Amino acid sequence: MKKRSLGEKLVASPYIVWAAMFIIVPLIFVAYYSLTDANGNFTLEYIADIGRYKDVMLNSIWLGFIATVISLFLAYPLAYIMARSKANTQRTMMMLVMLPMWMNLLIRTYSMMILMQDTGVINSVLTALNLPNLHMINTQGAVVFGMVYNYIPYMILPLYNIMSKMDHSLIEAAEDLGGNKVTVFKDIILPLSMPGIASGFTMVFVPSVSTFYISKKLGGNTFSLIGDVIEMQFKSSNNYNLGAALSMVLMVLIIICMMVMNRFTGDDDDGGVLI
Amino acid sequence: MRMKMSPLSKLYVAFIMLLLYAPIVVMIVFSFNASASTSVMTGFSLKWYQSLLHDSATINALKNTLILAVSSSLIATVMGTAAAVGLNVFKNKFAKKTVMGVTNIPMMNPEIVTGISMMLLFVFCARLIGVTDALGFGTMLVAHVTFNLPYVILSVLPKLRQMDKYLPEAAMDLGCTPIQSFFKVTLPSISTGIVSGLMMSFTLSLDDFVISYFTQGPSFETLPIRIFSMTKKRVTPDMYALSTLIFVVILLLLVLLNVAQVRGEKKMHNKLNKGKRG
Repeated sequence: MKKRSLGEKLVASPYIVWAAMFIIVPLIFVAYYSLTDANGNFTLEYIADIGRYKDVMLNSIWLGFIATVISLFLAYPLAYIMARSKANTQRTMMMLVMLPMWMNLLIRTYSMMILMQDTGVINSVLTALNLPNLHMINTQGAVVFGMVYNYIPYMILPLYNIMSKMDHSLIEAAEDLGGNKVTVFKDIILPLSMPGIASGFTMVFVPSVSTFYISKKLGGNTFSLIGDVIEMQFKSSNNYNLGAALSMVLMVLIIICMMVMNRFTGDDDDGGVLI
Repeated sequence: MRMKMSPLSKLYVAFIMLLLYAPIVVMIVFSFNASASTSVMTGFSLKWYQSLLHDSATINALKNTLILAVSSSLIATVMGTAAAVGLNVFKNKFAKKTVMGVTNIPMMNPEIVTGISMMLLFVFCARLIGVTDALGFGTMLVAHVTFNLPYVILSVLPKLRQMDKYLPEAAMDLGCTPIQSFFKVTLPSISTGIVSGLMMSFTLSLDDFVISYFTQGPSFETLPIRIFSMTKKRVTPDMYALSTLIFVVILLLLVLLNVAQVRGEKKMHNKLNKGKRG
């Protein structure tokens, strides 16, 4: 028995070595690059440089936050409807929600651009209906819409997960005891779905804040997000040190946001709701 | 408890589905466009599908994507399953928590940070050993295995926990070696977790753009990378044709997976019933 568990423990060692080499060490490199200059000498220059990008960062967080809140409001009723429907309907709807997620993000975003262009599909439809055209592309609104569209499945799935496990008799009991719809929602459904909200929130917020493709395509060159700035340092300006410093800040900001969110989830030893 | 949907609910579901599928429908429709426009439909044609067949760069990228997805998901599945088996018997709470915490990092970190962190590691090591074009298939494989591993571990671990832990011991008491008992008892009971981990890794790897973008080199182009460079310029509908094909393949895969799942559940159900009767 003892011997067996030792052998079983050992089979985890390749992974542990791998994780150390390719998860931990790369993060150390991010820290290292952000604190050194191109010649490898210690400097705080790049960390100090971050102040220049304060507005970009605040704007990224703001747009990501709006996109996450909109996703939450759109996804919540859907998840509730899904969880309350028949098993077969649930399975089909689950598949319909997941399907666009497996489509490449680039293609989806590009199609959105086609939809929203000044001469795009939406405006053609509006013209055909004799309605005034809308200018959508290259605005912050378009970027937020792109984030919502691309990441809303990540909000729907954890919400649906938690709601389908919810004990319906609690809701019935509350109704029997005289609670109206608002009270039942506020006192039963909402508190019970909090862990789902928290994990959906992080799953939409993190990719929204750090995106660079969506803002590039739907925002044009009118403004940039933190992801755009980081991408530029690595792919065109070749300023790895500044890029690393910005990534450090992005990580810290996200950790802070997650810590705030984790206060809602409580203790969760394996962490995260797997989709 | 399970209710029929009210008309209002149906309307709401339809609205969300419209939101989710409008861009995909646009893409599918314009892939059959007779002209090169991606905003005005001029007629039906299959020419973009034909031109795709002659586009050797795209076909090569497709091949590369599949090679990378198959190899990275297989490596991640084997290593991840082994890791889950090992972690499941860890007695030391602190060690277990630490490993699980590290496992969560690639899932929680923004993809762009995971991508650049690996790029920095590879670039640094390459400079150290004096190689100029280190980025390519090898670095992408490492990156893909790394972001696939957490998904495998997190889908196998719950299955191991659900399993009766005395079963493998019983098998050994009956004369199995530990390895035999693993393959005969443990593996069949966690196989659904392994398969879903494998499928998830495969699709994630197939679809990944951000991490690939930072760890790739010019020698090895995958489909998302190719799509990225195509969308930098004005796009012709052949990219839509390609995307439509990918969409159909993924749809088929998902349907198959669903059918397999339903079947698996039925089988399990039948087995349980038989067990009760016998």
